[in-house]
Amino acid sequence: MKCENYMQLTFPSRSANEAFARAAVACFAAQLDPTMDELGDIKTAVSEAVTNCIVHAYPDRIGLIALKARILPDGVLDLVIKDKGCGIEDVEAARRPAFTTGGAERSGMGFTIMETFMTDLKVTSQPGRGTTVHMRRKIVKRGERG
Amino acid sequence: MTSFLQDKQLTIAMTGEIDHHSAKEIMRDLGNKVDAYLPSLCVLDFRDVTFMDSSGIAIVIHTIRRMQEIGGTTRLQNIPPQPMKVLRAAGIEKIMQIEERSPAR
Repeated sequence: MKCENYMQLTFPSRSANEAFARAAVACFAAQLDPTMDELGDIKTAVSEAVTNCIVHAYPDRIGLIALKARILPDGVLDLVIKDKGCGIEDVEAARRPAFTTGGAERSGMGFTIMETFMTDLKVTSQPGRGTTVHMRRKIVKRGERG
Repeated sequence: MTSFLQDKQLTIAMTGEIDHHSAKEIMRDLGNKVDAYLPSLCVLDFRDVTFMDSSGIAIVIHTIRRMQEIGGTTRLQNIPPQPMKVLRAAGIEKIMQIEERSPAR
């Protein structure tokens, strides 16, 4: 699929970068003229994906998180968030609501929220090698909104 | 975060962005306030929350559990649209009654 514009970020898995990552994607997505509601959904999904890298991929060290955002035809925002951390043994189990290995501070709702707020969510992972989260969201053009 | 205590009712107003980065401190402060005042009702006010991800759900669940332990209840109020959507996605309405932000504001 033809990519109309893109941006790439690489940053360390420090929790201060959660706000940075979602704000950067929101700024990039602004060219699709999203509503506040759509922007909120995108920011939430990015926040969940980046937090997963920080909490789960690199539980005891700082590693790199690579984020790529692309704009595809028909106003589709395509996001890939990649880490080279510990990976997920059982992706299906991890995607189940309320599943968490993160203790009382986590709700286990991260993947559920990404699924709810984005149009597509693909998670691929290799234990010991890392995890890639691929998600998309179509931004409806203003004129086509009902 | 600001808090207000009246007649065993503790109101805690959270502010700004709630994510994993800010949640630890919020959870600690909240826990300290509940432990210090032992209220019968804890009201979490979301009026000035500008963003919330699933870390906020953990805060809410944590507060509900702590309040249950001391025989009290929890209420959420003035929830803006974005945090509301996150709470709904997590199915929070199944376990408690919540109030959205009043449209007057």
